[in-house]
Amino acid sequence: MSTVHTDIVTPAGKVYEGDVHMVCVRSKNGELGILPHHLPIVAPLEIALVRLKHEDEKQVDYVAVHGGFIQVSREKITILSEAAERKADIDVERAKKAKAEAEKQLDTLHETSEGYAEALKKLKRSELRLSTAALNDTVPEA
Amino acid sequence: MPSMRDIKEKIASTKQMRKITKAMQMVAAAKLNRAQATAHDYSAYADQLREVVASIASTITKDVSSKHPMLASRPVKKTAYLVITENRGLAGAYDSTVLKYTQNLIKEKHASEDEYVVIVTGKVGLSFFEKRGYPVELSKTDIPDALTFDDVLDFSKKVISLFDNKKIDELHLIYNHFVNAISQTLVDKQLLPLTDLENKPAAKVEYVYEPDEDEVLETLLPLYAEGQIYGALLDAKAAEQAARMTAMRSASDNASEIIDHLSLSYNRARQAAITQEITEIVGGAAALE
Repeated sequence: MSTVHTDIVTPAGKVYEGDVHMVCVRSKNGELGILPHHLPIVAPLEIALVRLKHEDEKQVDYVAVHGGFIQVSREKITILSEAAERKADIDVERAKKAKAEAEKQLDTLHETSEGYAEALKKLKRSELRLSTAALNDTVPEA
Repeated sequence: MPSMRDIKEKIASTKQMRKITKAMQMVAAAKLNRAQATAHDYSAYADQLREVVASIASTITKDVSSKHPMLASRPVKKTAYLVITENRGLAGAYDSTVLKYTQNLIKEKHASEDEYVVIVTGKVGLSFFEKRGYPVELSKTDIPDALTFDDVLDFSKKVISLFDNKKIDELHLIYNHFVNAISQTLVDKQLLPLTDLENKPAAKVEYVYEPDEDEVLETLLPLYAEGQIYGALLDAKAAEQAARMTAMRSASDNASEIIDHLSLSYNRARQAAITQEITEIVGGAAALE
């Protein structure tokens, strides 16, 4: 089985770097599962979990990626995003606080008002952080 | 001629000052290291992003109809200058070069106040422009020394939305670029609309854009512009720390020089006093004989 080198890069530096067998992302258009030797592609991403499967199919790395996009070239895969965190690096307390805050904001705002989209984004981010942190390490039976 | 006590006091106070400037120099050096490290982390992201944007932009410019507003130049009614200064001063000519340059540039290019706005970061720049009555559209004075992307995200979003809403038609960045620890150069570059992308098409790879180019550009270009602003701020931060380090080093050197000078006068005064005393004793003894 072959692998492909994958980087997840944010303005704060490289969050993830490694050779993996499969990268699963959620693009704006739907889920993408990318294997080695994929056609070069660029796609914007949703605020969602990225799964990086290792060669032995046992080990999976989870990274919470907050938007951005994926770029697949012949030799490597790069995910560029404003923010990304590995499962182990997530600050659960902070995410919980952010979630409560965002919910409070959403309660007071109307869908058409100015800060609504921002608050919704914030809620999405905090929810993603929490759900990523709560994941089990074992690989779900496929 | 100042008395010995005066000189002694002066030496003591100059020594105190030297202690402070030395400490500031060392703090700036430490902060410079950190700023350089952050800038290094960021450059990986910036290079990658630039490559993708450039490769998309090069394919898209052939088809003029689908030009994204951030790529298209439109008639310039209002130019915005994003001027990056710092909060504290004590960094030599760091701020004044940027501010003077901006002042001259505006004087040269614009006849009336309706043609430009100023966006400024840092207290020094803000008070400079406000005092002189420049139209300040946006300002940010709470940029920490240890800068992260989240700190400036809101600010850069606001700046870019000014462009999106057609409140401004051009955005220039003016800041000090960090060359190395002892030199900084002034940079004036146009950020929006993005015009300098096509100059070097990176490795030719034909990408498939999912769902299509426009959609990808829609998310990519704001990300790129935000990144550029963050990059400029990081660069300016490193330059600031370097400028402060140099300024504080020369302040410490000057203090040492003054101390040497004062010590010399102190010793002279002391010797003069001793000589005088001896003369007096000798004179007194001679008078008794």
